[in-house]
Amino acid sequence: MAEAVMTRPGAPAAAGAAPLLSVQGLEGWYGESHVLHGISFDVRPGEVVTLLGRNGAGKTTTLRAIIGILGKRKGSIRYDGQETIGMASRNIAKLGLGYVPEERGIFSSLSVYENLMLPPRVKPGGMTVEQIYTLFPNLKERSGSQGTKLSGGEQQMLAIGRILRTGAKLILLDEPTEGLAPVIVQQIGRTLARLKTEGYTIVLVEQNFRFAQTVADRHFVVEQGRVIDMIPNAELDANIDKLHTYLGV
Amino acid sequence: MITILGVPMQALFGQLLLGLINGSFYAILSLGLAIIFGLLNIINFTHGAQYMMGAFVAWMLLNYAGLGYWWALILAPIIVGLFGVILERLLIARLYKLDHLYGLLLTFGLALIIQGLFRNEYGVSGLPYAIPSELSGGQRLPFMFLPNYRGWVVVASLVVCIATWLVIEKTKLGAYLRAATENPTLVQAFGVNVPLLLTLTYGFGVALAAFAGVLAAPVYSVNPNMGADIIIVVFAVVVIGGMGSILGSIVTGFTLGLIEGLTKVFYPEASSTVIFVIMVLVLLVKPAGLFGRTA
Repeated sequence: MAEAVMTRPGAPAAAGAAPLLSVQGLEGWYGESHVLHGISFDVRPGEVVTLLGRNGAGKTTTLRAIIGILGKRKGSIRYDGQETIGMASRNIAKLGLGYVPEERGIFSSLSVYENLMLPPRVKPGGMTVEQIYTLFPNLKERSGSQGTKLSGGEQQMLAIGRILRTGAKLILLDEPTEGLAPVIVQQIGRTLARLKTEGYTIVLVEQNFRFAQTVADRHFVVEQGRVIDMIPNAELDANIDKLHTYLGV
Repeated sequence: MITILGVPMQALFGQLLLGLINGSFYAILSLGLAIIFGLLNIINFTHGAQYMMGAFVAWMLLNYAGLGYWWALILAPIIVGLFGVILERLLIARLYKLDHLYGLLLTFGLALIIQGLFRNEYGVSGLPYAIPSELSGGQRLPFMFLPNYRGWVVVASLVVCIATWLVIEKTKLGAYLRAATENPTLVQAFGVNVPLLLTLTYGFGVALAAFAGVLAAPVYSVNPNMGADIIIVVFAVVVIGGMGSILGSIVTGFTLGLIEGLTKVFYPEASSTVIFVIMVLVLLVKPAGLFGRTA
């Protein structure tokens, strides 16, 4: 029964390109509790997709499973054709994945500059520090400050900026707009749009589908540890009632 | 004779120097403990035994291989550090996901085993280790006689402590270390080999203990119990400085050595307890220690 539900959204989309990231039947656990019950979806190169869903649906857990920091996971996660389900997270990152965690993960014992320089390069072609400073001028001004002394918005920029340095081609972004002022949300939206034009592939976890709508190509709806629906961005407005029901807003 | 507060100046400075020497050992040892605890979350009770091993390896290098003090100063930390690396890989690495208590029990048990083995082999009377000829003799200062070797111990300890602090605070490797101390999972998710970092950190902390052991060999005799004697005080130093604080452990180490020395001059009866009294007071006022961050 679950099979039918879970394969539908992940089925190859019309564009036909081989997926850069393919998640099939992903199950995941936090300690004893079974959180993911067969997540399936595909992301094509250069695409921005969102995982939408209520709190506790398993969106963040899905990102943690993809980057390999979930305690126990089963199923299949292929990146660029390579199976990563059994790999250590440091080796998954080296394939070209960058992770921006929900809590942003800025280190308080490191300066802004040290935070920016911390993640090692995983692939050639990452941005230079100057390019990142052009993208986020605030970071340059405050490069000597303690990382956690930045405002929430600046910390989010730092968390994104440091991943852009590494050459990662797939970016996992967990609720980048959470708790931020509208003007900052707009800036992050513009940044994501720009990254998309530069060919980055992005998996975005969002509660705010109005924001998601401005940047994404497709939306996967996650509920109780499964992907239950896929809505192309163009059809989002037509499906707004359905989405309200899914998200309970 | 010049006196200060009724105490002969010679005696005062003599005790201060002695305090500074003890403080040097406290500082290096608590620094190693702080680094290990910070990153590995392991309360390394084997530290005293590893300090003792440093002194013994120096003695063995001299008596079995004919390699003198300066060789020992380099080789003993490497040898004992490698021993630490093996311990970490084989045993300690299995405990990271468990409560602190398990690490404490394991390392405490290891300390007892190591001390027992050395006691069995070399007895407890202590083995002599001569001051290297380059550092024998001393300087007659206006206010006291300064044995060269004691001056060397203080300088060498300061240099090693400051160099370690600089590496941790100012280098890329140090940035990995600080970041992994805060959030090892995320650092791992960036592609950094955190398990390797943990192993090297443990090896380095142990090497620091062994370095202190070599420094100590000519000052105290080389004795299987030398580590057990000092480690309890060092743990008090770590608690006062704040668990895991790098700078805190260095400053507290030297300061408490000096306070201990002063106590020997002015109120000798309390000299062996003063550090513990300070520990109690600090814990009452600042439970996270003087330099510790409250979580």
